[in-house]
Amino acid sequence: MTDFAGWLMPLRYGSETAEHNAVRRGAGLFDLSHMGELLIAGDGAGAALDYALVGEASAIQPGRARYTMICAPDGGVIDDLIVYRLAGGAYLVVANASNAATVAAELTERADGRGATVTDRTADYALIAIQGPRSAGILAGLTDTDLSQVRYYASYPAKVGGHEALLARTGYTGEDGFELFVRPQDAVSVWQELTDAGHADGLVPAGLAARDSLRLEAGMPLYGNELGRDVTPFDAGLGRVVKLDKPGDFVGRAALAERAKAPAERRLVGLVGKSRRVPRHGYSVLWEGEPCGTVTSGAPSPTLGRPIAMAYVSVGAAAEAGSAAGADDDRLAVDIRGTAEPAEMVPLPFYKRSAGN
Amino acid sequence: MSVPEELYYTAEHEWVAISDATARVGITDYAQRALGDVVYVTAPSPGARVTAGDPCGEVESTKSVSDIYCPADGEVTEVNPEIDEDPGLVNSDPYGAGWLFKIKLDSGDQVPPGLLSAAEYNALTAEQE
Repeated sequence: MTDFAGWLMPLRYGSETAEHNAVRRGAGLFDLSHMGELLIAGDGAGAALDYALVGEASAIQPGRARYTMICAPDGGVIDDLIVYRLAGGAYLVVANASNAATVAAELTERADGRGATVTDRTADYALIAIQGPRSAGILAGLTDTDLSQVRYYASYPAKVGGHEALLARTGYTGEDGFELFVRPQDAVSVWQELTDAGHADGLVPAGLAARDSLRLEAGMPLYGNELGRDVTPFDAGLGRVVKLDKPGDFVGRAALAERAKAPAERRLVGLVGKSRRVPRHGYSVLWEGEPCGTVTSGAPSPTLGRPIAMAYVSVGAAAEAGSAAGADDDRLAVDIRGTAEPAEMVPLPFYKRSAGN
Repeated sequence: MSVPEELYYTAEHEWVAISDATARVGITDYAQRALGDVVYVTAPSPGARVTAGDPCGEVESTKSVSDIYCPADGEVTEVNPEIDEDPGLVNSDPYGAGWLFKIKLDSGDQVPPGLLSAAEYNALTAEQE
């Protein structure tokens, strides 16, 4: 168990590699109750969020969700979020545990005078995720909702094992899966029911270590590594979340509009190690022996069988390294504790689930 | 948690098996559990002179890297050839197939100074938990 943003959480239940593989091949169960949930309600909720966030929340259809970000006036990322538009017209904003209080404070301030209320509902939700190609099969037995009708990034009120839940087809693993928002008092029961239902399919509980290696393979950013106050969505290759075309002002608009036009100085790239030593957060990326960037996240990849990493690299080096020849070229490397270990640059994501899953 | 009686230990969680003036060295069950799945081991090279207390290699797991500290003065004679292919042996069999390297001891058949008994190592890890 480890302290994670003030919550006591398991790094792993057994072997993190086994948990990772279970999610890729069958299914894994995650306790994500540490995430922050903020409810934005009122006639002005959509407009308030359009102002507060870089995306156009008011354009989200009821029953759908969208990945977006909240930025500071200078365009720096305060958090990455998923916004769910609920059936009754309110919005549920899910924030990272480490940023929940900050996001709540910012949203409250930004919604002031805009006909919307912001309520921190974190304590009212437990969040359990089931992720992997077998998720739908396992969950189907516990709910009347026809999961084949639930599209990716859709969310519905549902009953799971007889308990009220908000069921969303979202996740952070790159696999098909569902995130279930339930009442805290029902969490243990829902967890147990899923565990029992999934036993025959090899469902295992999965901890933070597997969560990190799964999202890294899927090329998904982690706040604190790829995202932070010193990074704009554009730097992270996620300029698509910034809706400069939406009507009305929003926090960070001017700075982000500038940034959208300016030539980028660095790029977020994928690296695959040629040796088995793992590039880690903070390690220097080298091009022809010279530092050209920094690793943001790194881990062994159980799926690829090689170490993988994401790194911010200068655009010049990224362009040269991206066009360099294959396996024999050692000009791109990561300084791993004093030794330059060659790596190759690859497009993100490292892993994409196959179409049938 | 396994702490075989017949072995010696270091405060840095290595175990040492001594026979014929040679030490066989690995990391303990306590260490492999703390590390998680081992993905790579950098062992000292055969022929290298090693000094007790000096870092002489690394054990890398999914989430972290730990130095291996040399338990005794001597010369490295052999490195476990299985570990490169299957670093998971360190997790599944830390005192057996997961051994890391051997040292020809300067102290000969005598137990090198500074090592802990199983009881002392047990006491140490109990404190750390």
